Amino acid sequence: MPIDDPWHDDLASGRAEEPRPPASGPPDPPHPDQDGSAPPRPHPEASAAVYLTVQRSAAFQRVRGSYRRFAVPATVAFLGWYLAYVVVATAAPDLMARRVHGVLNVGMVAGLAQFATTFLLTWAYVRHARRHRDRAALELRWETQDMTRGAAAAAGAAYAPDPAYVPGASPVADPVDGPDAPYVPDGATGEHAVRERESVR
Amino acid sequence: MTGSHQTLTLLLFGAFVAATLAITRWAASRRQGSSVEFYAGGRMFSPMENGFALAGDYMSAASFLGITGLIALFGYDGMLYSVGFLVAWLVVLILVAELVRNCGRFTLADVVAARVRERPVRIAMGASSVTVSVLYLVAQMVGAGTLVAMLSVGAGGAARSAAVIGVGVLMVVCVAFGGMRATTWIQIVKAALLTCCAVALTVLVLARFAGDPGALLSAAAERSGHGGDFLAPGLRYGGDWTARLDFISLGVALVLGTAGLPHILSRFYTVPTARAARRSVVWSIGLIGGFYLMTIVLGFGAAALVGSGEVRDANAAGNTAVPLLAEELGGGAGSTGGSALLAVVAAVAFATILAVVAGVTLSASAAVSHDLYASLSSRRRYGEVAVGRAAAVGTGVLAIGLALPAQNLNVAFLVGLAFAVAASANLPVLLYALFWRRFTTRGAVWSVYGGLVPAVVLVVLSPVVSGGGQSLFPGVDFAVFPLENPGLVSIPLGFLAGWLGTVTSREEPDAARHAETEVRSLTGAGAA
Repeated sequence: MPIDDPWHDDLASGRAEEPRPPASGPPDPPHPDQDGSAPPRPHPEASAAVYLTVQRSAAFQRVRGSYRRFAVPATVAFLGWYLAYVVVATAAPDLMARRVHGVLNVGMVAGLAQFATTFLLTWAYVRHARRHRDRAALELRWETQDMTRGAAAAAGAAYAPDPAYVPGASPVADPVDGPDAPYVPDGATGEHAVRERESVR
Repeated sequence: MTGSHQTLTLLLFGAFVAATLAITRWAASRRQGSSVEFYAGGRMFSPMENGFALAGDYMSAASFLGITGLIALFGYDGMLYSVGFLVAWLVVLILVAELVRNCGRFTLADVVAARVRERPVRIAMGASSVTVSVLYLVAQMVGAGTLVAMLSVGAGGAARSAAVIGVGVLMVVCVAFGGMRATTWIQIVKAALLTCCAVALTVLVLARFAGDPGALLSAAAERSGHGGDFLAPGLRYGGDWTARLDFISLGVALVLGTAGLPHILSRFYTVPTARAARRSVVWSIGLIGGFYLMTIVLGFGAAALVGSGEVRDANAAGNTAVPLLAEELGGGAGSTGGSALLAVVAAVAFATILAVVAGVTLSASAAVSHDLYASLSSRRRYGEVAVGRAAAVGTGVLAIGLALPAQNLNVAFLVGLAFAVAASANLPVLLYALFWRRFTTRGAVWSVYGGLVPAVVLVVLSPVVSGGGQSLFPGVDFAVFPLENPGLVSIPLGFLAGWLGTVTSREEPDAARHAETEVRSLTGAGAA
């Protein structure tokens, strides 16, 4: 099922290639992916404040509301329909055994209908996410990352600026994602760029 | 069973093993030292590749051999597996896939550990992930043993044991050296093979009935010896209320279990973004849905063409229905066409088992090294990847040891147990961590153990382990719990324990970390 990318061009040509704001703070501790054994980084006070601000923002509330308005009723509906299918088969097997057409009985039809509704709901969910949520969520992602980076830089400047730090020298650059990455998914330019931007945090 | 098909099976199977080793060797030549490479294959797989790999991980021996067998023996009641296994993907798609991709790095525990105190939660979730994986592995290896026993009649128990050990050793090698990259490519190859094989058999079955599914169902009902009842609920789970509750219990475990399976969730870390994770789920729902529709045709086809009685005679649990069907479709036992088709199906089924064993072994090793070792060892003398490799070996040995005595259980049924444990121990804590503002450390720990311990204890006390003719230990009887599948009791207990732990804990819920989890899960900010 092909799903087009509403922001593909936007990403590939636009924001992703913006120059990074010059970072002046100390380098972050090495990214945990590098040694692998380190737990996820403790979140500093600064970024905690950022996440709280973003959480309260109207834009985020809209994304969350949009997700929940679809996810909650959809989950209730398909779980309810599936449980009904299972429970009726045990509580009222005679009903399920009633012939509908030829050898097909209610139970077989209900089982096949489960397949149909699953495919239908998958399509509806993907469509909803693409239309109502994806673009806003991506913008929030960048804003949030910019804000965390800014907050970290401000906090860093207040403590101990490290002269050895070279702006843009990414402490995370993951060689696996480097030029020899075997596969470049569509929109990868943008997705890769997001990872690069992420690395300066 | 003639010698010719055995040679062909061995040849085809040898080709798959060679391909597996070649993929492993190729993957091992990349930098395997980093954990991103070992556990997430570099995170740059495309949605389509990951969709195939998800389908490959999911369409196990349980689906191909177990479900078709259950449908061939019990008709409608076997279909529940096909429906439940598919509907479960809606839980994954809507509630879990994107959010887990955004919040975690390698394992399930990453998601929860971001919100609460890390160490106790990692230990709990690591333990539950290993338990689920080992149960799942046992099911796959039982499938391998059954296949070999069928192909080499007369060779007896030794050949079975050799197959189980061989599968285990081969996959441990693949995981330990190839990591996630090799495992993923093996899944992709296997998913393509299995889908082609199922399509071919389905077409052959329908061709026998001139493309009329109604005629197929009528013939199946007639040949099964149950008449119209074969197409209605109740053959396996009818009668008394215990059996009916068992049906509901299984149904609930199937639909909620997938979203707690560590080897499925860790696949989402192999794609770059949450949107790619969503798209890979769409691919896998398409592949898996088509496949399970075909298992229904194959199951009823086996009943109609081979006969339920013959299927049961060949293997009491029904695990050999598909190979028998293939032999019949090719022209019957002893014919060249029958032997050839049987050989192909057997080789594909074997490839299926190998691939799933690799995927599950890898996720178990990630749970051991990334969660358990990193939390329990204070000095961490060895690198995480080195520990992961050792853990893959340990898991393989344990699963082989458990699979050898469990040869008489239906593989779909064994997988049902793994699903029940996953749904009880992993799903509640995951949903609470993603969606509940007040969730605390105690809630997380209680939720995991509150689901895991009852699930495991109830299985031990169930008729599966003791008291019945097909039990693991038929001689003794300590089966005080009447249901074969514990899901109906243990899943609500997992949710209840998580709620209880949270409301009774004195720890203040951490608003900042909740904000971070919520923002990150829905936007992808700061995702690895």
